Amino acid sequence: MVPDPRPVGNTARKPKLAVWKFASCDGCQLSLLDCEDELLQLAEEIDIAYFMEASSRQVEGPYDLSLVEGSITTEDDAQRIREVRAQSHALVTIGACATAGGIQALRNFADVEAFTAIVYAHPEYISTLKTSTPISAHVPVDFELNGCPINKRQLLEVISAFLHRRPPQVPAHSVCIECKLRGNVCVWVAHGTPCMGPVTHAGCGAVCPAYNRGCYACYGPKENPNTESLCHWWKQELGASNAKVIENLRNFNSAAPEFDAASRRQEEQDDQE
Amino acid sequence: MQESVLQAEDLDLLIQAIRGEGYQLLGPVLRDHAIVYDKVESAADLPRGWTDEQEKGTYRVKRRDDDAYFGYAAGPHSWKKFLQLPRRPVWRAQKGNHGVAITEIVEEAPAMAFLGVRSCELHAIATQDRVFVDDKYRNDSYANRRAKLFMVAVNCTSAAATCFCTSMNTGPEITLPSDLAMTEVIDGEAHYFLIKSGSSRGERVLQQLPVKPAIKDQVQRARNAVERTAQQMARGPRSFDSSDLKALLYRNYESPSWDQVADRCLSCANCTMACPTCFCSTVEDTTDLSGDHAERWERWDSCFTGDFTYISGGSVRADTRSRYRQWMTHKLATWHDQFGRSGCVGCGRCIAWCPVGIDLTEEVARIRELDKS
Repeated sequence: MVPDPRPVGNTARKPKLAVWKFASCDGCQLSLLDCEDELLQLAEEIDIAYFMEASSRQVEGPYDLSLVEGSITTEDDAQRIREVRAQSHALVTIGACATAGGIQALRNFADVEAFTAIVYAHPEYISTLKTSTPISAHVPVDFELNGCPINKRQLLEVISAFLHRRPPQVPAHSVCIECKLRGNVCVWVAHGTPCMGPVTHAGCGAVCPAYNRGCYACYGPKENPNTESLCHWWKQELGASNAKVIENLRNFNSAAPEFDAASRRQEEQDDQE
Repeated sequence: MQESVLQAEDLDLLIQAIRGEGYQLLGPVLRDHAIVYDKVESAADLPRGWTDEQEKGTYRVKRRDDDAYFGYAAGPHSWKKFLQLPRRPVWRAQKGNHGVAITEIVEEAPAMAFLGVRSCELHAIATQDRVFVDDKYRNDSYANRRAKLFMVAVNCTSAAATCFCTSMNTGPEITLPSDLAMTEVIDGEAHYFLIKSGSSRGERVLQQLPVKPAIKDQVQRARNAVERTAQQMARGPRSFDSSDLKALLYRNYESPSWDQVADRCLSCANCTMACPTCFCSTVEDTTDLSGDHAERWERWDSCFTGDFTYISGGSVRADTRSRYRQWMTHKLATWHDQFGRSGCVGCGRCIAWCPVGIDLTEEVARIRELDKS
């Protein structure tokens, strides 16, 4: 969506920040606490009005900036996110759950009632939706920060950008560019290791390839990803099985539209074989 | 200039002489199963006895059956990472009582020496010089690093399957200026470098070495080794006529080949990052949380990203077809109009380091084929 042009920090008082949790592991919120050195400065610049992970102090809305972690998996949460949106001037999703449904979106490819029947002694007490969906499926979102978990540097960049009314420097290009910027040797070309880097959104700084591991696509699809070509080469040249291809498309961002569609196509091919 | 012979066991003396002149020496080292460019402190750091096998989308290091120091072809890195830095700060700004103070960041350029620069790489550096030093948009960071650079060029005595410098008239024999130029010769028990200086700085280093004047046979063996490499490429699958590329690509903006390559291309930008002449960069402006401090950083960019052509309303080149077409047409055709030369030096990096093995020479051949029909 088009960002709200009004600056977040345009009043004499400190802008109010809220951090919300939906279906998630809390890891992205922890990235904010993990800022340590910058946390004091952050507290100077903004009023941390609602952040249950960090403090029981709760200041009522409206809020200038809401950071939303987690996906929507229940009717209650589908309603709650509308209330959060209504009292938020700017709403930024943080992490793979809020941006692409998270690991729990694996339910989208299966029968959630069958799961609950196996896991819970009394599945009738469980009230859950058949799908895990990103926040953007329910309310307008001003900016989506990818990652499982998010990168704290990028989080500070996004908060700074919203405070000072400028575009965040969060490029949507491939992880490959990050590899090349840091001088990594390509694990795909030089080692034959299947790597999701060429279709994955930058942001982590190419951590896994720097340690000779293939990328797991924690940051979801990059802009303009060509998953078909990647999957084809994985199978034809790198010896990856169809199952391995599907597993990698269905990690933390399985409900991202590009990965969702690609994994379903791969599954169809699996059925045909 | 008279050529000399440096015995292979004395190679370290060359390295120490260059370092003794105050240069930070950079050269080939084996790391993460690849021959990359990094700091070199002694001859022991060099990838002695290693080579590489390269094909579309694949690169593997392997042992040679001799002890050659420079028996490998272009690897994942190019020298541009030391001249056009992948990331660098351009300026910092501080908000104060009297407005905003902007401080340009001027780096004290290090004195660097490159060991093992191939002919195609000399051409690549000359191509970037044309952009960053000789053109109207001078890049001071590049120009200052370049001005101090000491280069030891090495003739290619073997080529990878991905090499096609003979097609681009950029090698394998060194023809552009360097401070020192060498050819490695291994023949039976003999293992030596034919070496000559190309500058007074090079001559000063050469004079510190226990070299002997080359005899005719030693010179001839070196010539033969380079000639064999040229023949190897000329006979290879990637040899092609590049003389009409500009006209060919100018009349093929709508070739169906662009759609075909777009089906495969990942628009991941690996080709442009690995390319030793691709020079595009972007700037990223950021503030800190207080908003009192701002910075501008320059970093490598690529025509394969959406942001590259993002203007009001969206990306000009939103799809992969138009991005690949832009890259290849610029590299092989419009570069001639812009800089008076081709942007391609035939090193083959874009072929090897493309994850899905897109081969520039094959794409040219396909456009040519479709052009005829």
